[in-house]
Amino acid sequence: MRAKRVWSALGRSWLVLSTVLVVAVLVLFLVHIARQGWQVMGWEFLTDRPRRGMTQGGIFPAIAGTALVSLLTVVFSLPLGVGAAIYLTEYAPDNRATRWIRLAIRNLSGVPSIVYGLFGVVLFVDLLGLGTSLLSAGLTLGLLTLPWIITASEEALKSVPRAYRDGALALGATRWQAVRTVVLPPALPGILTGAILGLSRAAGETAPILFTGVAFFLPFAPTSLSDQFMALPYHLYILSTQHHSLEKVRPIAYGTALVLVGLVFTLNLTAFAVRSRMRRRLETAR
Amino acid sequence: MRDSIPVTRRRFRAGERLMEGVLALCGYTSVLVLAGIFVLLLWQGARAFREVPLWEFLTTARWDPTSPEGARYGIGSMVASTFLVTLGAMAFTVPLGIGVAAYLSEFAPARVREVLKPAVEMLAAIPSVVVGFIGIVVVGPAIARLFGLPNGLTALNGAVLLTVMALPTAVSLSEDALRAVPRDHRLASLALGANPWETLVKVTLPAAAPGILAAMMLAMGRAIGETMTVLMATGNAPAFPSGFLSPVRTMTATIAIELGEVPHGTAHYFALFAVGFALFVISFVVNWVADWFIRRGRRAR
Repeated sequence: MRAKRVWSALGRSWLVLSTVLVVAVLVLFLVHIARQGWQVMGWEFLTDRPRRGMTQGGIFPAIAGTALVSLLTVVFSLPLGVGAAIYLTEYAPDNRATRWIRLAIRNLSGVPSIVYGLFGVVLFVDLLGLGTSLLSAGLTLGLLTLPWIITASEEALKSVPRAYRDGALALGATRWQAVRTVVLPPALPGILTGAILGLSRAAGETAPILFTGVAFFLPFAPTSLSDQFMALPYHLYILSTQHHSLEKVRPIAYGTALVLVGLVFTLNLTAFAVRSRMRRRLETAR
Repeated sequence: MRDSIPVTRRRFRAGERLMEGVLALCGYTSVLVLAGIFVLLLWQGARAFREVPLWEFLTTARWDPTSPEGARYGIGSMVASTFLVTLGAMAFTVPLGIGVAAYLSEFAPARVREVLKPAVEMLAAIPSVVVGFIGIVVVGPAIARLFGLPNGLTALNGAVLLTVMALPTAVSLSEDALRAVPRDHRLASLALGANPWETLVKVTLPAAAPGILAAMMLAMGRAIGETMTVLMATGNAPAFPSGFLSPVRTMTATIAIELGEVPHGTAHYFALFAVGFALFVISFVVNWVADWFIRRGRRAR
C-alpha cells in the first residue's frame, strides 16, 4: 500500500516537474532576450538602416522586408486556402479523390521548410524566371503556409451550425449563395485567425527564403516585387554566425531577436483574442 | 431535381458551376503542390547521378564535393548526424511531452490549464532562428562549461534546442489524444479503487497510446526537418559524428550552407537536390506512419 503511494507521488511529481521545467525554460529565454535586446531598442534602431558594417544603426530594411514578404505570403495563400477549405467543407463528395486532397494537406504540413525552399528555387526562381526576388520568396512562403490556412479555415467553416446552410437552401439560395451570404460571415473571424497565424509563420521562417530572395545587406526597403529584400530572421542568422566580428554586433543581434519575437508574439496574441471573442459569440448564438 | 430548373435560371447555374470549379481547383492545389515537390526534386536530384554513382551517394559516408583529389558525395555522415540529433531530441521530448500533456489534461486546475495551453502554443511560435540564437549565446556556452569543452556547438546542443522546437507539437497532440479518452473509462477505474496516478498509467495512457505515438512521430518529423536551429547551433563539421559532444552537420544544414555557394547546374548543385529529395522522402514516411497510428487509434474507439 505504501509502495503504491510512493509511486503515485513520484509519478505526479514527474508531471508537475516537466511542466515547471518547460515553462521556466520558456520564461528564462524570453527574459534573457528582452533584457539584452532592450539595451539597443529605440526609435533609431527601428527606423535607421544598418551602419558601419552592421555594428551600428538600425534594422529598418529588415523590418520592412519581413513585413512585405509576410503580407505577400498571405495575399497568395489566403484566397487559395479559403477556396480549398470551402471546397472541402461545402462541396467535396466523400470519395477517394477527396481523401487524396486531405492526405496531401496533412503531408504538406510536415514537409521540411528547406524542402519548400528547394522547390521555390526550381519552380519560381528558375523555371518561371522570377529570379531571387520578393515575389519568389512570397510565393514559396505562400505554399508553405497553405496547409495551415486551409486547416484553420476549415475549422472555422465547420463551426458554423448546419442549420444555417439548411435555412438558406430552404429559402431557395444556391449552394454558392448560401456559402457567400450565410456560412462565410460567421466563419470570418476564424479565417482571420488563420491568416494572422500564417503571417506570423511567414515572418519567422528563414530556410525557404534563403535561396529565393533574401539579401545579406540592402540600405533600403524593397520598392518592387522583383527586388531582393532583407528579412529579420535572416538578419539575425547573419549577425550571429556569418559576421566577421560577432562580438561587436551581438547587441544588435539581441535587438533583432527581440523585435522578431515581439512581432511574432503580437500576431499570435491578436489571433488568440480574435478566436476567443469568436468562441464567446458563437456560444451565445446557440 | 436539376433538370427541373427553369430556363431563365440557366445563366445562374453557369455561374454556380464556374464557382464550384474554381473552388475544386483550389482544393486540388495541395495535391498538385505535393506532386510538384516530388517531381521537381526528383528531376533535379536525378541529374546528379549522371556524374555521381548512385551507389556511392547512398552507401558512403564522406561528403566532400570540393576536395582537390576528387569530389566525394556520400550522404552517410549527414544522415547519421540528422538521426543522432533527432533521437537525442526525442529522448528529451518523449518524457517531457507526455509529462506536460498528462499534467494538463488530467491534473491541472482549469485556471492553470487556461494559461499553460496558450503558453505551449506560444512556444511553437518562436522562430527557429531565435532558438538557434539562444543555442549560440546561452545553451551552447552552458554545455561547454558543463563538459569542459572548448566549444559548446555540438550535437547535444542541437538536441536540446530541437526539444524546444518539437515539444509544442508533442504536447498539444498528446493532450488531444488524452482528452479524447472517454470520461467513463477514468470513472470506472476510480470506482474500482485505483488512484488518479494508477488510472493514468493503466487506463488513460494505454487508451491514448496510438494518438500519443502519432504525436511523437509528428514531433520527430519537425525535428528532422528543422534547419536554422541546427545550422546555427551544432558546429557544422562535415564528418561522421562521434557522439553527442561532437559537432555535426545535418542534411538540412548541408543544403542551407552549400546551395547558396555552388554554381547552378553543376553535379554538386544537383547532389544537394538529391539530399533534399532524400529528406522529403524521410519526412513523408514519418508523416505516413503517424497517420497510420491516428487511423488505428480511431478504429479502436
